[in-house]
Amino acid sequence: MSYSISVALTGSGGAGAMTAGQILLDSAAQAGFYGLMTRSMGPQIRGGEAAALVRISSVPISSLDDHYDLLVPFDWGNINRFSAELPLSSSSLILADPEQGDVPPSIAGYGARVAALPLKALAGAIPGGRANMVGLGAVATLIGLPIASVIAVLTKQLARKGEEVLAASTACLEAGAQAAAGLPSVTKLPSQPHGEALRWNISGNEAAGLGALRGGIKFVAAYPITPATEVLEWLAPALEKTGGALVQAEDELASINMVIGGSFAGLPSLTATSGPGLSLMTESIGLAVASETPLVVIDVMRGGPSTGIPTKSEQSDLNIAVYGLHGDAPHVVVAPNSATDCLFATQWSVHLAEALQTPAIVLSDQAMGQSRVVIDKPAENGFVAQRLVPEADAPGYQRYALTNSGVSPMAIPGMAGNNYVADGLEHNERGTPSSQASDHLAQLDKRAGKLDAFDYGEHWADIEGDGEIAVITWGSVTGPVREAIGRARAKGIKAKMISLRLILPTRPAQMQEALKGVKKVLVVEQSHSQQFHKFLRGHYDLPGDVLVVSRPGPLPIRPAEIETRLAAWK
Amino acid sequence: MTIQSPLTVQDFKSDVKPIWCPGCGDHAVLLAVTKALVELNTPREQIAFISGIGCSSRIPAYTNVYGFHGVHGRALAIAAGVKLARPDLTVLVAGGDGDGLSIGGNHFMHACRRNVDMTYVIMDNEVYGMTKGQASPTTAPDWCNSKLTPHGTGVSPVEPVRLALAAGANFIARGFAGNPNDVARLIVEGVHHPGFSFIQVLSPCVTYRPEQREWKQSVHAGQDQPPQLVAEAMHRLASDDGFTTGVLFAGNRPAFMPERKVTASFADIEKKFAS
Repeated sequence: MSYSISVALTGSGGAGAMTAGQILLDSAAQAGFYGLMTRSMGPQIRGGEAAALVRISSVPISSLDDHYDLLVPFDWGNINRFSAELPLSSSSLILADPEQGDVPPSIAGYGARVAALPLKALAGAIPGGRANMVGLGAVATLIGLPIASVIAVLTKQLARKGEEVLAASTACLEAGAQAAAGLPSVTKLPSQPHGEALRWNISGNEAAGLGALRGGIKFVAAYPITPATEVLEWLAPALEKTGGALVQAEDELASINMVIGGSFAGLPSLTATSGPGLSLMTESIGLAVASETPLVVIDVMRGGPSTGIPTKSEQSDLNIAVYGLHGDAPHVVVAPNSATDCLFATQWSVHLAEALQTPAIVLSDQAMGQSRVVIDKPAENGFVAQRLVPEADAPGYQRYALTNSGVSPMAIPGMAGNNYVADGLEHNERGTPSSQASDHLAQLDKRAGKLDAFDYGEHWADIEGDGEIAVITWGSVTGPVREAIGRARAKGIKAKMISLRLILPTRPAQMQEALKGVKKVLVVEQSHSQQFHKFLRGHYDLPGDVLVVSRPGPLPIRPAEIETRLAAWK
Repeated sequence: MTIQSPLTVQDFKSDVKPIWCPGCGDHAVLLAVTKALVELNTPREQIAFISGIGCSSRIPAYTNVYGFHGVHGRALAIAAGVKLARPDLTVLVAGGDGDGLSIGGNHFMHACRRNVDMTYVIMDNEVYGMTKGQASPTTAPDWCNSKLTPHGTGVSPVEPVRLALAAGANFIARGFAGNPNDVARLIVEGVHHPGFSFIQVLSPCVTYRPEQREWKQSVHAGQDQPPQLVAEAMHRLASDDGFTTGVLFAGNRPAFMPERKVTASFADIEKKFAS
């Protein structure tokens, strides 16, 4: 028994691997477990190879495990394309359908146990039967997930398809469960997780959308791009039902400028994109900096540069998010550290953008954006859009007035007597274009100062544990870091995790405080050129020895890699 | 009860001095815009005047309404955002031929077909003035007075009104800066017409295109009754000399505006996540 088990379900398009994975995750939630499902897909529009990577746990998790306990290939089609993403150990079990041929060398090389399970034949014996449901029945039985939970989920999901479909699926599940009885055993789930608390099943991209909604976003301009589209597709009906509006733009140049227009007109506004789209938007994000127009851009990072690997994850947009704007253009960059945190980070970003009248970039990534997690219902955090506005007919109103906080009241069209012209040209306090050195310096100081002076509270980073070793990380890599530190602690290695949520503005004083007593620093990130490490070097003093674990996507960083480094440093 | 006296042209002008050259057609367009605003009788705070980059795009700062002077080529996108977010506002957009038809050409096409209710004035002088005299998309192919294209562009110019018609603009007109009262009337009509209204204003650049001073000899009024059918407008524009002024097309497509009706609470939305 372990606190979690990991299952990989793979197959060509139409084999039903993703469906089976989704039902497995839902069933785990139904039974009161937590869980995480990531997917690995090929680039094909339809019919490509797909892997549903499911981890079920008795405690909340935000990381994949080091290897899979169980691999169920419904067929071996194109398995070589992602066998590197399916690490197995000698105790893992492969349920191989003899009808699909031998285990390919790229999988056999892991040295896992192999058991024959005639998925297709068993399904074929049941009218309307499907191999993926047979596989699911076998998986549930092997890992100790009650079949009743799976049937409960199927009953709900297949309600519209009629009795016959449900009966066929149930028969397949039972056939799989029976077949599993004769198979070698694998790690089992703990018998009972946390009581009956309400679980949520949500993807990181949906969580980001919900965070936007809860934060008060009312206007979204959208241009589709993988892997950010789900944020927009979730927001479209949600906004429509709650009095907001989403419009599809002709390109990212339009979407960012529509968002600027929507915000100028008074509505908290947002767009979501991925690397190539962020590149197109950078000029206008600079306009939002100069004109002090609040807005939020969610960047769901994928492998780059250029078109790169659109369906797979990488933390390599850090540089463009931080340094991509021309001129001195201070802005906010916030990075969620898990699928769950996509909600908080986005909602907080809406709050920050509006309070500070600045663009905020939310740096999510494919790994968390397209993961589904089973979690406790997220608590309300209270962060909402609040914009400082002037009184109507404010005497001598100046849009860019120099104030103590650096934030000046922002008039909204419709407010009488306060009309002004927002401008990307440097301007004086009134907003009139100016190329004078004194105006430029005053406005640069204002725009930088307002971000620096703001109190971001404890949310700038997630800090856990204590010790002379600090692991500094960010984004979705936080999941494996957190898990590795927990494991190391159990072995007597003390380490502190500092996961940066607020990337910009930097918080040197808080970091110095967090690094007190630290003698060794391990930086963990997922980029080829150590973007995060160099960012840290440029803005923070890192004490003592510094070691970097950094490699590009799409292979996820696993807890064991970090644990090994920590152990070596003991 | 006090009776508010009607606003005057001066009320719609700001105290910012235009950067334009003496004799530039844009001065007259500014006058036309302010005359139109007087005629429209809309409260100043209900007007949003959006522009991009270029000589003519400086115009919002010279008016006394809410404005946004954005980046090069994206005025229509900002304007669409303003109108979609705030349907109650009257949205005007202005800029030059380079801003609207070159760098912003894609947005122009989509603004025409999207048909958001706003009025777009292109102050067309067939040249990039702010960067000191380069060919624009409306420049004749054999214009050789730019250091950038000393032998001419050799590229056929865009005919903005034909492009607008093909892309689906709902109201298309042409004016001449030399007749600011006519331009003001076209702007008023454009604002009153539902959907996307496009007005090309021939606005001479006396610095880089001094020959445009002669445009006043070439302009001529079109027919009183504008065509309401695309085919008819297309037919007329096919043989147009580029100097016909007046309304060239007045369609009847409904303006685009997403409906806003609250039908669910956040709690309703969140129910879908509960397992």
